[in-house]
Amino acid sequence: MATLTTPVPTPTPTKAAVRPLRRTPSPGRIAAWAVMAAIVLVTLLPFYWILRTALSTNAGLAADPTNPLPVHPTTGGFERALGLQSTEEAIAQGGAGGGLDFWRYLLNSVVVSTLITGCQIFFSAMAAYAFARLRWRGRDTVFGLFLAGLMVPAIFTLLPNFVLIKQLGLVDNLLGIALPTMFMTPFAVFFLRQFFMNIPREVEEAALLDGAGKVRVFFRVLLPMASTPVLTLAILTYITAWNDYFWPLMVSYSDSSRVLTVALAIFRAQTPQTGVDWSGLMAATLIAALPMLVLFGCFARRIVSSVGFTGIK
Amino acid sequence: MTVASTSPPLRRPRGDGALAALFVAPAMLGFLVFLLWPTLRGVYLSFTRFNLLTPAEWVGLDNYVRMVNDPIFWDSLTVTVEYVAINIGVQTVSALAIAVLLQRLTQSAVLRGIVLTPYLMSNVVAGIVWLWILDTQLGIGNEIVAGLGFDRIPFLADETWAIPTIAVINVWRHVGYTALLIFAGLQAIPNDMYEAAKVDGASEWRMFRRITMPLLRPVLAVVLIMTVIGSFQVFDTVAVTTAGGPANATNVLQFYIYGSAFGRFQFGYASAMSVALLIVLSAITFLQYRLTRAGHTDLG
Repeated sequence: MATLTTPVPTPTPTKAAVRPLRRTPSPGRIAAWAVMAAIVLVTLLPFYWILRTALSTNAGLAADPTNPLPVHPTTGGFERALGLQSTEEAIAQGGAGGGLDFWRYLLNSVVVSTLITGCQIFFSAMAAYAFARLRWRGRDTVFGLFLAGLMVPAIFTLLPNFVLIKQLGLVDNLLGIALPTMFMTPFAVFFLRQFFMNIPREVEEAALLDGAGKVRVFFRVLLPMASTPVLTLAILTYITAWNDYFWPLMVSYSDSSRVLTVALAIFRAQTPQTGVDWSGLMAATLIAALPMLVLFGCFARRIVSSVGFTGIK
Repeated sequence: MTVASTSPPLRRPRGDGALAALFVAPAMLGFLVFLLWPTLRGVYLSFTRFNLLTPAEWVGLDNYVRMVNDPIFWDSLTVTVEYVAINIGVQTVSALAIAVLLQRLTQSAVLRGIVLTPYLMSNVVAGIVWLWILDTQLGIGNEIVAGLGFDRIPFLADETWAIPTIAVINVWRHVGYTALLIFAGLQAIPNDMYEAAKVDGASEWRMFRRITMPLLRPVLAVVLIMTVIGSFQVFDTVAVTTAGGPANATNVLQFYIYGSAFGRFQFGYASAMSVALLIVLSAITFLQYRLTRAGHTDLG
């Protein structure tokens, strides 16, 4: 770019002269910041409103709907959502007394999401390795077939999959919820294959020369090297599994297999005579949302940067 | 990167057939049983009468004939298209604006994290929170409307308001994600271009029209295809806020399909409508691809 004859320091003063000019806040920049501030507000205020409502009493909410702080601060909403109140107590405070136990649903959600994430990524990584590094007949054909699976919207397979799960006798069972996405998704295989293909062959060849078998090379060398993309994929898979509603709605019927999203919708549908139990409902919503917010708190940077390269294939 | 078949040939002449079979087996099982088989079975079921309890009975094109003559199906298709138009329209414009602000105003990673936060919530959570905020009697949203001197708006209980409201609720959840996808596309545009334009005295608006938009077009095309396909599958938010009402005003296609299968046990008819949706989505993908690829950019 810069030729050797050009004196190096010349560009610096020009830049310094431009800088302060650009930094003087023009009306356009102020307007742009105002828009940005409004966006942040609309994005975050609902989260505060969940908390504020969850900590209020239903009577307080009705009496003072615009108060920015919790009205008559209480933990009653959380007690109702976690099934810690007796039916009479719950009804007295504006609940339905329907006996929902969000501890249980929380546990169910954790089991389902963990099962899906762990198995899906492990099996997808094995397949991805076979597609990227092993030689076998029909490899490219099979991979092409997997990729074609990306074209089928997930929603299309839900009805027939429900019929299958019912035939397998796994309706109302956590395994039935996890099963369809437990083995692979075309995207996970594609994403990990891409990573394995970018690892220099020399890395595994060195290990192979040392006498290690290919299975050992995969588990001891390549898989540990892939820990970053695997973790990214795991977080995204976990979020997707946690937030899924349509499929669990079809499969789970009772407390034993009810996950948070389904339980929340049921809570919302129970309307006591006094009107919706907003305090309890928002407490339950917070319980459902909190684990994802914590996850986001821990891995924000990774999640944010993953959107760019996972979204556009 | 490189395609599998171009990797150096014959460096290791021995095949790994047995090992590969072992490694691919679990994923293959999942692919065949839970992806390929249900896809074929979904198409097959659309030609049958099936109520889950008795074996499926072949009825030829009956379900499709019924679908074409079913006013509720056409209604629900119209409602879905209306939803998609509003949802994608508002979301794309807002996401583009947010992405450009994130690029030109500040490169702050914290702000990028903030706009992504709603995406971490489920549609169910988003639906319920906004149901509360927009509640006609007690919701803070309607308190503000009333405070400004307007009549309270029954956002989710009114036939005209319900679909736009649901569309915007889903924008709230997805706009940050879409904005970050576009932002990733913007990062590929060399900064020199903006610097050069600035030296020439171009305004931000002019730079947006002359540099950002033309170079962003391929990325926008991909983002549009992805979001439109997702948008057509709307279900969760409708299910928790309006349950298809009032008076079928929000009876989107996926909700009607669900009702047909699980409310009326007409799995054959539900499958036929699913196939119709699949065809619509494929056609849209194809059309959008053709239309937007027409103006290719040099940047890639």
